[in-house]
Amino acid sequence: MKALYFAWVRERIGKAEEEITPPQGVKTVADLIGWLSGQGEGYALAFENNKTIRAALDRAHVKHDAAIENAREIAFFPPMTGG
Amino acid sequence: MAETLATRTVVRVQAETFDTAAETLALTEGRTDLGAVVTFTGLCRDEGGVLASLEIEHYPGMAEEEIGRVVEEAKQRWPLAGVTVVHRFGLIKPGEPIVLVVTASLHRTEAFEAASFLMDFLKTKAPFWKKQHLSEASSGGWVGAKQADDAAAERWKA
Repeated sequence: MKALYFAWVRERIGKAEEEITPPQGVKTVADLIGWLSGQGEGYALAFENNKTIRAALDRAHVKHDAAIENAREIAFFPPMTGG
Repeated sequence: MAETLATRTVVRVQAETFDTAAETLALTEGRTDLGAVVTFTGLCRDEGGVLASLEIEHYPGMAEEEIGRVVEEAKQRWPLAGVTVVHRFGLIKPGEPIVLVVTASLHRTEAFEAASFLMDFLKTKAPFWKKQHLSEASSGGWVGAKQADDAAAERWKA
C-alpha cells in the first residue's frame, strides 16, 4: 500500500510518500504505527507521541483502532491547522 | 411537498489568490429569491511584524473531499441556496487571503450560522498545515493545533 506523510511527520521521516508492505499481523492503524516506528530513527521520532498523530485511510479520517483491510492509501499527519 | 433549494456549491483548493466579490457574484447572479449572503475571508496576519510568510501544505485530493463532506453536512443542517469554499496552499504573505467561505440563503440566520460552522469544521477536519517563516533568521516552525479551535467545532455537536 501507499503511505503518505505530511507536515512534521514528513520532515521527520524524510520522505513524502513510499510503498510499504507491512507484515501479516498488522491489522489496524495502531498496528501499522507500531510497525513503522521500528523502521528507523526518523520513523521512531515521527511516531513518538503517537496519540497526537492523525490518520486517513483512502482519504477519509480514521481512528487508530480502524482496520486497514484493503485500503490502498494511508496517510499520517499532525492535527490540522488550516483555515 | 416544499421544493428543495438548488444549492450552488463550489469547492476549490488552489495556490493562486481569489476575488471575494467575483466568488460572491457567482453564487447570487441571476437569482431573485435570496435574502442573505455571508462571506468570511481568513487572512494571513503578520503576528506583530515577526511573520515573513506562511507555507501551507495540504493533502491533494483529500483536502477537496473533506471540505466537500463538511459542506454536505452544512447543507443538511441549514437550507442553503449556495456555498463556496476556496482554500489556498503554498507560500502566502501577510495581508493575503488564505480561505474564503460564502453562504447564501433566504434569511440571514442560516447564512451566518452555516458560515461559522464551515469555518470551525474546516479548521479541525480539512487536511492543511501551516508552517511559519519568520522575518528574523530563526526558522519559525509548524503551527500547533489550538484547543480553542477544537472547542469551537465541538459546540456544534450539542
